Amino acid sequence: MMEHTLISKPDFDTQTLEVSLGPQHPSTHGVFRMNVVLDGETIVKLKPVMGYLHRNHEKLAENMSYLGSMPYTDRLDYICSMTNNFAYALAVEKLAGIEVPERAQYIRIIMAELTRLVNHTLLIGFLLNDLGAFFTPVLYAFREREKILDLFEEVAGSRMMCNYFRFGGVKADLTPDFLPRVKELIQNYPRFLDEFEALLSENEILMARTQKVGVLPKELAVSASITGPMLRASGVPYDIRKVDHYSLYDRFKFRVPIGEHGDVYDRYYIRVLEMRESIKILDQAVKEIPSGDVISKVGAGFAKAPRNFKPKAGEAYGRIEAPKGELGFFVVSDGTNKPYRYHVRAPSFINLTILEDMCLGHKVPDAIIILGSIDIVLGEVDR
Amino acid sequence: MKTTEEIKTDLESKTGTSITVQGEALMVPKEKLFDVAKYLKDTPDYQMDYLSSVTGTDYKDGLEVTYHLYSIAKKEGPVVLKTKTDREKGVVPSLTPLWRGAEFQEREAYDLVGIHFEGHPDLRRILMWDGFEHYPLRKDYTQEDQDRNPEQF
Repeated sequence: MMEHTLISKPDFDTQTLEVSLGPQHPSTHGVFRMNVVLDGETIVKLKPVMGYLHRNHEKLAENMSYLGSMPYTDRLDYICSMTNNFAYALAVEKLAGIEVPERAQYIRIIMAELTRLVNHTLLIGFLLNDLGAFFTPVLYAFREREKILDLFEEVAGSRMMCNYFRFGGVKADLTPDFLPRVKELIQNYPRFLDEFEALLSENEILMARTQKVGVLPKELAVSASITGPMLRASGVPYDIRKVDHYSLYDRFKFRVPIGEHGDVYDRYYIRVLEMRESIKILDQAVKEIPSGDVISKVGAGFAKAPRNFKPKAGEAYGRIEAPKGELGFFVVSDGTNKPYRYHVRAPSFINLTILEDMCLGHKVPDAIIILGSIDIVLGEVDR
Repeated sequence: MKTTEEIKTDLESKTGTSITVQGEALMVPKEKLFDVAKYLKDTPDYQMDYLSSVTGTDYKDGLEVTYHLYSIAKKEGPVVLKTKTDREKGVVPSLTPLWRGAEFQEREAYDLVGIHFEGHPDLRRILMWDGFEHYPLRKDYTQEDQDRNPEQF
């Protein structure tokens, strides 16, 4: 930790001041507290305090059937319920050795990339809110998000808590006008991004506030288990979609954008670039999606009788590139119909590890945007 | 990427530890855990520079910690390490000096399972409040709704 000498001079005594930022404050994106020690306006110490939303998700899951926790995973990162389902389904499929039909894989990838669009769009909106551009960017972001939530509602019946994935596939097939609507969306989305970028990317105020603020060096990012856009903004090309080739991601052509400076601006911009790549993946997926089953026979049987689902004793770790970073589920089975151990490796939670390092030496308003650029959802941090 | 058996043989000869293989995982005695982890991190053959996940588990006859290691430099992994400790006063060396990413995850395992990590810079409860007396993820933890029939869920 950096040692800080007080700015006091011999004839002018100063003291540090301890302030609690949060837990009830809109800039904390939920109920989250930062205990900050200030010297003048400069942050000399910062300790995150969390757990206000803790409901022991893991214990709940250990007390119910495997499929029973699927709707609960929606409530971890409630912005991205589809990717939460995805990671959990992947872990359990690995544990029980269930195959997933090709059409279901494509549907999953479409849902995951739509979720990435939702997440990154909202993040940029909220980040601008934190910067003081109250509500205009956020409402533009919400306008676009609505269109994607309408699509989710069409297939899953629910807009945010989708509960759409099943072990071995997905709950229901796409409706006939789903794919045409996705096509329309991916035609219009780049136009929205261009509009967003025209307003923001070279905006003088945005650049002045975010560049060289909250720099995260490469080495620290890797050592602190930072993942997702945060890691890539620091210049480390690591994307689990490319590394693990889970699902069918190796069939798609897309690039992994990386940043150069690792500051807040890079973290903003990398998300814009990632959305453009997601649109490329969606475009390919919509063109190539085959027909066929959306859930394997075994999976369909267990979806009807979830308490008969008893994977053989063993353990599996399934991880995906969620919009916020690596989302992993570690599931241990003892041969009964409930998981013996169920652990969530939550990206929002672990990405908070280096909040203090990034904030030291900056002013209070900078701490707010640094927190905003990490992209946390408290449902996932506290679990 | 080496197989689990090859990694086991290599680790045993280089660090002088006796390791047992459990499925995909390597069970390391807790006294040697830090050395083994350091070897995996620093040796160019492995370069396990990324500690993905730390999980504490209560197995009734003892507590277990599971570590999932990956290599960002070589884009390989995982190597799964496990270590076992007592239930009463479970102490395991902290890996935070090697990977900063272990800091919050070890605090979480301490908070919910009750594993003490020796050498952790700031071992406090993280999700439950200070003064909370139990470890909720232990199997003998009494829940408020325990009298209800679990089959109805």
